Amino acid sequence: MLRFAVRRLLLLVPILFGLSLALFVWLRALPGGPAAALLGERNTAAAQAQIRSLYGLDQPVWVQYWKFLKRAVRLDFGTSISTHRTVTSEFFTRFPATIELTLAALIFAIGVGVPLGYFAARRHGTFLDNASVIGSLLGVTIPVFFLAFLFKYLLAGGVFSVLPDSGRLDPRLIATHPTNFYVLDGLLTREYDASWDALKHLILPGLALGTIPLAIIVRITRAAVLDVVHEDYVRTAEAKGLSVATVRRRHILRNALLPVSTTIGLQTGLLLSGAILTETVFAFPGVGKFVADAISARDYPVLQGFVLIIATVYVLVNLLVDLSYGLIDPRVRLR
Amino acid sequence: MRTSSARRTLLLALSGALALAGAACAKSDRDNSSGGNSSKSTLVFAGSSDPKSLDPAFVSDGESIRVTRNIYEGLVGLKPGTTEVEPKLATEWTASADGTQYTFKLRQGVKFSDGSTFDAAAACFNFDRWYNFKGPLLQSSSLSYYWQAVFGGFATHDSETAPKTSLYKSCSVTDAGTAVVTLTAASGAFLGSLSLPSFAMQSPTALKQYDADKVSGKEDAPSFTGSYWNQHPTGTGPYKLEKWTVGQEVDLVANPGYWGDKPKLNRLVFRIISDNNARLQALENGSVDGYDLVAPQDIKTLQGKGFQLLARPAFNVGYIGFNQKKAPLNNPKIRQAIAYAVNREGLVKNQYPEGSEVAKEFMPPAVVGYADDVQEYAYDPEKAKQLIKDSGVTDLTIEFAYPTDVSRPYMPSPVDNWQLIKSDLEKVGFTVKQRSDKWSPDYNDKASTGAYQMFLLGWTGDYADPDNFIGTFFRDTGVAVSQFGWDDPAIRKQLSEARAEPDATKREAAYKEINRAIMTELPGLPYVHTKPYLAFKSNVKGFVPSPVQDESYSTVSFG
Repeated sequence: MLRFAVRRLLLLVPILFGLSLALFVWLRALPGGPAAALLGERNTAAAQAQIRSLYGLDQPVWVQYWKFLKRAVRLDFGTSISTHRTVTSEFFTRFPATIELTLAALIFAIGVGVPLGYFAARRHGTFLDNASVIGSLLGVTIPVFFLAFLFKYLLAGGVFSVLPDSGRLDPRLIATHPTNFYVLDGLLTREYDASWDALKHLILPGLALGTIPLAIIVRITRAAVLDVVHEDYVRTAEAKGLSVATVRRRHILRNALLPVSTTIGLQTGLLLSGAILTETVFAFPGVGKFVADAISARDYPVLQGFVLIIATVYVLVNLLVDLSYGLIDPRVRLR
Repeated sequence: MRTSSARRTLLLALSGALALAGAACAKSDRDNSSGGNSSKSTLVFAGSSDPKSLDPAFVSDGESIRVTRNIYEGLVGLKPGTTEVEPKLATEWTASADGTQYTFKLRQGVKFSDGSTFDAAAACFNFDRWYNFKGPLLQSSSLSYYWQAVFGGFATHDSETAPKTSLYKSCSVTDAGTAVVTLTAASGAFLGSLSLPSFAMQSPTALKQYDADKVSGKEDAPSFTGSYWNQHPTGTGPYKLEKWTVGQEVDLVANPGYWGDKPKLNRLVFRIISDNNARLQALENGSVDGYDLVAPQDIKTLQGKGFQLLARPAFNVGYIGFNQKKAPLNNPKIRQAIAYAVNREGLVKNQYPEGSEVAKEFMPPAVVGYADDVQEYAYDPEKAKQLIKDSGVTDLTIEFAYPTDVSRPYMPSPVDNWQLIKSDLEKVGFTVKQRSDKWSPDYNDKASTGAYQMFLLGWTGDYADPDNFIGTFFRDTGVAVSQFGWDDPAIRKQLSEARAEPDATKREAAYKEINRAIMTELPGLPYVHTKPYLAFKSNVKGFVPSPVQDESYSTVSFG
């Protein structure tokens, strides 16, 4: 297992190298550049040239890339052209928000999705099953921003006003943030009302963001359970007189979870790379919105740095998921 | 069996959904001092993005200015809601006969929020600081924009684009209460420009202690390494920084040692909500007390729901740019024909919020030097057709560009403007070819480098000086030639002379004359001055909108 993990981590090197090269060339092939974006109406050719030289953008692309690589290996991705902060500090001030949001979405998607998929399969062909299939189809097809606005309208002002509509914390609430994970911060500093408020702020964006993963998890779980229940070992287990609960837990659910955990891994990676629409609608200060803004600002250092960090996170999450197979299925552990 | 397991399904599903809420059953043990009581003295206002910096010497964008205006004050200020200069940290001033020396009497007993004293030495420290900005980053026009616009160059010349000469010569301390600023030439714009946020007085102690001007020398990734700009901004204003949570909010608290009228609210929170709809909903739901940059289409809705809408006086201009390097726009008759063909009245009435005005020239009426008697091109399609005939031009194809993914105060929906103008032009015989690009950065890039033949653009004034409008466009070759393809040395000379003219009456006359000349030449067709709107809850009192966003929140309270 260790060798497997090491091999996968080593694979990161060519992945990141290739990605950074592709990104570098692609960004510079886009029309316009950071200088024009920065200057807006004040754009003149001379001012553009000055900014280009300031950030070294007037040098040949391969020179720029070489300099970038030299810094990147030391985890220094340079400075954002639009905010003048270092790219790493920009990332790490926003990433906790994204992680909290991802966790909220995942708890919702897994907590509801796995049981729902399981029972839909157990009740194959019943109303519950059909409803879950149709429901998950809807879940996948409804655009996130529409859902976000719908939730906001229903629960944050329009019909009921029970949840906050935007942000991470009520700005009137004064709280300290040692870790920038707001829910955790409140628990650590014993400002429980801040924790509670941060949680409330996570519910709507979590629901909106979790809906698509939920729908996918329901479908995968259902299909996996349907596959497994007809396996010989399940019949054997039942035949040898194991209790219904044991058969379900140890033989059906555990085997069905294998494809589900792959899906969860992929979805987690996606969620962590930032939910631009959800973050925009709920004014949630995560990495997704920042990256999206960086594209129109042509903020090359931010884009280069963020994409590489996110890619690394994505690979690591999927590695963790692959390792978790071993826990679920001993057969995988042997290999 | 069936029922029990169905119930279990439901239970499991619910428990998953409630897992989020589950962790929060713990009751707070903290004294809830931040709730109830203080919400009456906290104003939450939504802006659209983080400030770029809280060091006003380096900012020129609205979001930064909104915050720094409440932390800092300049030697002079503006009468609320106007562009009229009034005393602030300087109580009076006199100019020497030749207009190159200004003596400022400073307000006594003023302290910076760090406790240090504001006096003539502090004032001169600030002037010298700006003049001595070093290195290509600090001298970049994206940072020291206002210094370069008003004073020109620096003590050293470290950026190719920075002007080589400076209007600033020196600042000397006569006594603690008197500072003398000496200029290299007379300037009519000098005094008024001191009301700009960039020329606000900052605490020399804090600037030094927190390395305000320290830039990391890292090649092609320059950045500020000190903590002044984001953690320790220190001025004499009614508020001081409590904390800035990047991406979320900037919190200010009342400055207890403020010399003037104490601010009515203890805390100001500027929340960052970039999405226009999200800002609107936040106001409707009560999570913010007000917001800026109200979309024109939302004005009526909000008014209908009982919110207050306040308009800033018009301080911008939207125009159609003509690139004279691209025929047939080099033909004055064709430019005039376009001007007569476009129904600007109708355009403004149809597509702009109440209070918007049809533009006659490249600056709004509120600015000194506005000429009421410029050549006007009232809507007259017949005259346009006649002019086309007289011009002898046969190829009437014009490529007309508009930006996408953008809404500017002077151009809330560019494509709608474009469509109306296009159909007006087609009515008189032009063939209009469509061209569009994403605003940031493509469109800005192309418009300013002369890639378009005809295009939509505009300008929002930074300060109340004609040089900030027509000077920006036509004083040097930068914009005039690259954007409009128009090089007229006579106009450039007139603009430079008017800028330097210390006599107010002569200066006004000179600018009027220039405005007339420009509108006869017609390098572009100005069509609108708009009023940007802010929205507030009905119980918010005391906010005075300013044309140049010189807005203090210290007079704001809940009624």
